[in-house]
Amino acid sequence: MKINNIIRHSFNNSSEITELYRSLKIDYPKFFKMDGLSKLGLLASELILKGTENRFSPREDVAIICFNSVSSLDIDTLYQESIQNKDNYFPSPSLFVYTLPNIVNGEIAIRNKFFGESFFYICKIFDARQVIDTVRKTFHDTTITSVLAAWIEYSEEKKEVFMMWIENDNDVMELTEEQINKLYIDY
Amino acid sequence: MYIIGDNIISSLGFTTEENYTAAKQGVSEIKHYDAGIFGLPEPFMASLIDKERLNDTFAAISSDTHYTNLEKATILSVFYANKEAQIDLSNPKTLFILSSTKGNVDILDMRYETSYNLKSLYLWHTAELIAGFFGNKNTPVVVSNACISGAAAQIVAKRELDFGKYDNVVVVGVDFLSKFIISGFQSFKALSPELCRPFDKNRCGLNLGEAAATLIMAKCRDMVSRVSTPKNYFRFVSGAVRNDATHISAPSRTGEGSFRAINAILNSQLPTLKSQIAFINAHGTATPYNDAMEMNAIVRAGLQDIPVNALKSCFGHTLGAAGIVETIISIYALNEGLILKTLGFEESEKIEIDDEEFTLDVCNENRKTDKNYFIKIMSGFGGVNVALLLCKE
Repeated sequence: MKINNIIRHSFNNSSEITELYRSLKIDYPKFFKMDGLSKLGLLASELILKGTENRFSPREDVAIICFNSVSSLDIDTLYQESIQNKDNYFPSPSLFVYTLPNIVNGEIAIRNKFFGESFFYICKIFDARQVIDTVRKTFHDTTITSVLAAWIEYSEEKKEVFMMWIENDNDVMELTEEQINKLYIDY
Repeated sequence: MYIIGDNIISSLGFTTEENYTAAKQGVSEIKHYDAGIFGLPEPFMASLIDKERLNDTFAAISSDTHYTNLEKATILSVFYANKEAQIDLSNPKTLFILSSTKGNVDILDMRYETSYNLKSLYLWHTAELIAGFFGNKNTPVVVSNACISGAAAQIVAKRELDFGKYDNVVVVGVDFLSKFIISGFQSFKALSPELCRPFDKNRCGLNLGEAAATLIMAKCRDMVSRVSTPKNYFRFVSGAVRNDATHISAPSRTGEGSFRAINAILNSQLPTLKSQIAFINAHGTATPYNDAMEMNAIVRAGLQDIPVNALKSCFGHTLGAAGIVETIISIYALNEGLILKTLGFEESEKIEIDDEEFTLDVCNENRKTDKNYFIKIMSGFGGVNVALLLCKE
């Protein structure tokens, strides 16, 4: 396995995310309709994939695997507020759809025409060993050649993304799991 | 990977046998509920687990009262499944995988007024509680992949066993209904005001349901208990998840991701395998779009002659549990050489692909089969699709 690219960003608020997105000068208006989790994921995938060859040609050999600890709690709370009171009851489908964490996988897949595997896992903390193990097991499916693997956390307190582009080859990984954990913590 | 234990807890019963018998007889507990239930302003149809029975049954295995109903049902389901499998659930070589879309999300509704532990909102916490109840210390895996979670979790189980670190994997799926979930589906106008009708020409939406369901898996066949039901060995052959890459909430009209997932599990074996497939157990939510999408995917995969059935009209759409519930019922049916009927289905719909008309063979009565494979397919929000291939040996 070979890690070809790592992106790590954390933000204090949602406008910082939009700011970085605008600085990339991407024309993709859908971005502004997304919830925080999807914005973070899409932004990181743009940083990783921008400028790659044949960027938007359809691919089934890419898996998108995401992890976090709070699922879609930020949008869940917003949605709950929209149905909490009888006098102010407005459940909205455009909000409800984002109350599933794996929508971010869908957004990245749509943008990049990735028809391959798509998984969202919930775990207590970022653990490079778990991420790398999961990627390694994904490569058991030999039709998968690359994995976009990401830890994406979006909550009131934390807005962070750690995304890697990992390719399947026979080489021993240059980075150990300890080093990846350190990269995550030290940023 | 082999199935060595199973359980379903739903509105139809607390054992797999109760649930299977109901599905075989075409019984449904999907009922009309008036406005006001869960604090919802509109009425709805759904299948709800009997909470009194749940609490009484749980009290028989534990005196601990601090678990939520969802956690109780999940623990009970694993407990019952292991009565058959008889494995050491606390063994370091046993892994727990939890599949759920929303877990204890109803706690959000109560957060201003009760002393509920907000930690219960986190699915990793729910998974730790379940594994912890059985003394298992491995970090459990949580799959939250929308409506395909329960089927996708079985693929994860296979990979964990192939990887060699574990001898057994417990895959448990659960979702309970709440104001949160029902109002969301209502806002999508996805719910049917009557019993849903999978694949019927006049279908008009889905019914939601509650369930907890468990599959206990082993790497080798010799770990299958010979006194268990089903009597035959059931092997999980392969599984694949593929994305539509089209829309986050509407399925691909051409069934793109589902077609690709089916292709991925059959790969080059299609010509030889096709004649051995007994049936396709579809997602069949009975929304106009979902079922049309699946018809397209099945025809495009060249499987239009294979009988199709769906179980949503018996159980409702049980979300994170659905993939496990429907896999278990399909196993029990094939165990006795049956293809179960699709309750609510009456009239076929024609679909057109490249100017050619197709009609699927949707089962409307229980049918005998001597074939040994079945395919399970599901799809969900985020454009996800899954296909599984299982085999009776």
